[in-house]
Amino acid sequence: MPEATLILDAVAIQRALTRIAHEIAERNEVGANVVLIGIPKGGVPLSQRLSAILAGIWNQPVPVGTLDVSMHRDDLDRRAAPRVYPTVIPFDVTGKTVVLVDDVLFSGRTTRAALDALNDFGRPKNIQLAVLVDRGHRELPIKADFVGKNVPTAMGEKVVVSLREDGGEDKVGLEKPK
Amino acid sequence: MSWNRKHLLDIESLTVDEIATVLDTAKAFKVVGERAIKKVPALRGKTVVNLFIEPSTRTRISFELAEQRLSADIINFTAEASSLKKGETLKDTARNLEALNADFIVMRHSASGAAHFLSRVLNASVINAGDGAHEHPTQALLDAFTIRERKGKIAGLNVTILGDILYSRVARSDIWALTKLGAHVTLCGPSTLVPKTFEQMGCRVTHDMDEAIREADIINLLRIQHERQRKTMFPSINEYTQLFGLNKARLAKTRPDALIMHPGPVNRGVEIDSEIADSVRSLILEQVTNGLAVRMAVLYLVNGGKGPQELTGN
Repeated sequence: MPEATLILDAVAIQRALTRIAHEIAERNEVGANVVLIGIPKGGVPLSQRLSAILAGIWNQPVPVGTLDVSMHRDDLDRRAAPRVYPTVIPFDVTGKTVVLVDDVLFSGRTTRAALDALNDFGRPKNIQLAVLVDRGHRELPIKADFVGKNVPTAMGEKVVVSLREDGGEDKVGLEKPK
Repeated sequence: MSWNRKHLLDIESLTVDEIATVLDTAKAFKVVGERAIKKVPALRGKTVVNLFIEPSTRTRISFELAEQRLSADIINFTAEASSLKKGETLKDTARNLEALNADFIVMRHSASGAAHFLSRVLNASVINAGDGAHEHPTQALLDAFTIRERKGKIAGLNVTILGDILYSRVARSDIWALTKLGAHVTLCGPSTLVPKTFEQMGCRVTHDMDEAIREADIINLLRIQHERQRKTMFPSINEYTQLFGLNKARLAKTRPDALIMHPGPVNRGVEIDSEIADSVRSLILEQVTNGLAVRMAVLYLVNGGKGPQELTGN
């Protein structure tokens, strides 16, 4: 095992999500127009947790969906075909404010693929991006609207997100290159 | 999740993990087919040659639509309209296609091993769409997908494959796939078409239809392949229907939740009664729908290059 530094523990993750939810509520006063869409794998449980917190703030359910972006990636023939997760968006995104949720923002290419994939489901009024960790090294002009924690990293390091929905404990670690 | 292959040539060499990867991927692609916009850009800019040296309708159409839904450019090539008629060898035909920078070749050929041969002489990815009596891997994958979707599992199920096993590439691929996934496979049909030698592939062979289907969870009927038989292997079609055709009386003796599959084309009134083919227990049209998703998944997977499968959180 490579050496891993703990960046966020369970309490810190929960606190970050609560803050992000309040920022989303502050930015979007009409909660009825907001939908959350998680990007697999890590973004999906995070979007569900945010939905639950926001439902408490707005006193109404906040719809949540899952958007697979693998078929829209720009590096498909450069690496082994990534796992494809089913896309489930049980509502119309047209005219809505879509908050895309991902665990880690890195090059920005996953977000670009998500913007492209979302096109096939309608035309949202606007799209915002919420991430648990922004580790820098952007390769595209993409910026998150809501960030749990900014973590300066070296290119070769790995941000490892573990969530209880996947059977582990809530934590985010930074692994040094081997 | 594991897939690092450039070609899909057979089921025999696939691992259980690789088969499961195709089935899981196909599940996601099936959902794509239910959307308003059914096209994704995964193969944008790639060229696929559908090289069908042996006639095929459903497999060719299924592959073609799968390729279109993945945004690939397509060249269709059939034996009747090609230089193969003018004496060109398969290798030369394929190399000419490759000179056009084709990225994938989907091939159906009457000779066993044709796809393996192509994969050795070309740089393109080769997908076997049926080679002689050898294998038809995407059919087996879609059969496994359909069974898993309807029954929730494959391991431990009793699957009976009926009919022309000897000349059937579908049977061979199905046997490989289903036995690898832990099903109990029974083969049944006239002894001339279902020789005992198939027991070596890990299945049970019987020539008693009633016994073969009594405990079956899945009854997979195969077409009698008139075109592949060198001489008559059974006295008459009528006798075959009497001994091995699936009719209402026989179906009544099966488990009430036994489901019926058929790779098509169906010879109504020969291997299956028309009424049963259209019944709620028949998965025949679901197989067609699933075939599209499975072929999209296969094309998507063989398109992948080298490197890690999982995006490590970034």
